[in-house]
Amino acid sequence: MNELIEYGPALWEGFVQNLKLSAVCAIMALVLGTVLVSMRVSPTPVLRAAGAAYVNIVRNTPLTLVLAFSALGLSDQVGLVFSDDPAINGFWLVALGLSLYTATFVCEALRAGINTVPFGQAEAARAIGLTFFQSLTLIILPQAFRAVVAPLGSVMIAMIKNTTVAVAAGYLADVAFVMKDTFDTTGVSIPIFLGIVVAFMAVTLPIGFLTGWLSRRLAVAR
Amino acid sequence: MKNGDAVPLVKLENVNKHFGELHVLRDIHLTVDRGEVLVVIGPSGGGKSTLCRTMNRLETIDSGVITFDGRPLPAEGKPLAKLRSEVGMVFQSFNLFAHKTILENVTLGPIKVRGQDRKAAEQRGLELLERVGIASQAGKYPAQLSGGQQQRTAIARALAMDPKMILFDEPTSALDPEMVQEVLDVMIGLARDGMTMVVVTHEMGFARRAANRVVFMADGQVVEENTPDEFFTNARTDRAKDFLSKILTH
Ligand SMILES: Nc1ncnc2c1ncn2[C@@H]1O[C@H](COP(=O)(O)OP(=O)(O)OP(=O)(O)O)[C@@H](O)[C@H]1O
Ligand SMILES: [Mg+2]
Repeated sequence: MNELIEYGPALWEGFVQNLKLSAVCAIMALVLGTVLVSMRVSPTPVLRAAGAAYVNIVRNTPLTLVLAFSALGLSDQVGLVFSDDPAINGFWLVALGLSLYTATFVCEALRAGINTVPFGQAEAARAIGLTFFQSLTLIILPQAFRAVVAPLGSVMIAMIKNTTVAVAAGYLADVAFVMKDTFDTTGVSIPIFLGIVVAFMAVTLPIGFLTGWLSRRLAVAR
Repeated sequence: MKNGDAVPLVKLENVNKHFGELHVLRDIHLTVDRGEVLVVIGPSGGGKSTLCRTMNRLETIDSGVITFDGRPLPAEGKPLAKLRSEVGMVFQSFNLFAHKTILENVTLGPIKVRGQDRKAAEQRGLELLERVGIASQAGKYPAQLSGGQQQRTAIARALAMDPKMILFDEPTSALDPEMVQEVLDVMIGLARDGMTMVVVTHEMGFARRAANRVVFMADGQVVEENTPDEFFTNARTDRAKDFLSKILTH
């Protein structure tokens, strides 16, 4: 118990990094996932193919490899640099990699949602003169989102837990890294272990409950 | 021809359409005049819906020409969206936007397609809902309404775009019997007001009261064109007589 109190502040600082990463990635992944699903259902074959290729490649690549690619490929090889401060740069490389990865799951959840929207909705939208883009954003996606609030919650929970592999992109500040670092001096500590588990659950459990509740509230009656 | 109005609103010339091997529209020649109410009738699978849907290009055609208001139907993009905004469509299954209220269903097109001001669109929307007899339901969602009320909303949604024509594809087939008449009454009112209408329906009462012409379709062809009275009492073709004998027995 003592080591949890002693190293608590350092661990908390690490956990705050996980929370920050989660917040940033949630927004970017939802936006990018929406763009991807729009591509996947678009009438333009090139966009459809590009969306499908992206999703199938990135979704099936282990996250650690995506993050390593973000750090080694995009940063070191292509020269993508967010900041001169290595800590800030590392943060954004993880955020980028995790967002690119999570977006594919958001996309597929939304695509399942689109499949629950009856075809007649899109036809009626077209029949009053809405363009494809208007039909998608005004009619199809709002109904699709409501249908997959709970699965999107699961995607977000998985994403929050995935912030703990940030070290794969060379970001040495998240709680999992701090934990290992601490264990190097204290030896394995069950209280620290459990403390971190509780911290994650304190965030992810409410998300599960909230999205479950929202999905019932927002359900579209047909 | 006296003036421009004598040009038919819709003209189909030599229109053909396949679904894979199936030849669903065969050499269709058809005109719809301004202010005319055309009833399309015929056996299931005869191509009535497909014919209806080619007129606002929800279905593409393989060959032939369709002109609307003197111009060929645009193939895609903004011009096609504009055409569709001028041709209303009422579906068998209503297809109201499930996540929007009744009033929002009616104002969406005017606001998003025509760029109308929300206040003006809502006022007009309420007038139209009044006209079809459901203004009191304006704030409800489609699933809270009866089928007849939903279909009347769908008609109001089409009217909100001030269309030059409205297509109806079996508008009363999905309704409980006691709700059929309330929808037909609205349609008869539109016909009286001079709306150009193409109506796929088996409602003989409607055809006799409101239609100028009946087109009998079977196997992808227009088999007979006639006045409603002639058609129902004295059909010329055996195919039509056979069909009528079947629907008249129930
Ligand atoms: N999207 C489609 N793909 C393949 N075949 C289709 C499609 N839509 C219609 N068909 C077929 O084309 C033929 C004509 O269909 P259509 O819906 O136009 O007939 P209909 O006269 O409206 O029939 P109903 O009275 O049953 O509505 C039918 O055999 C139908 O199965
Ligand atoms: Mg049909």
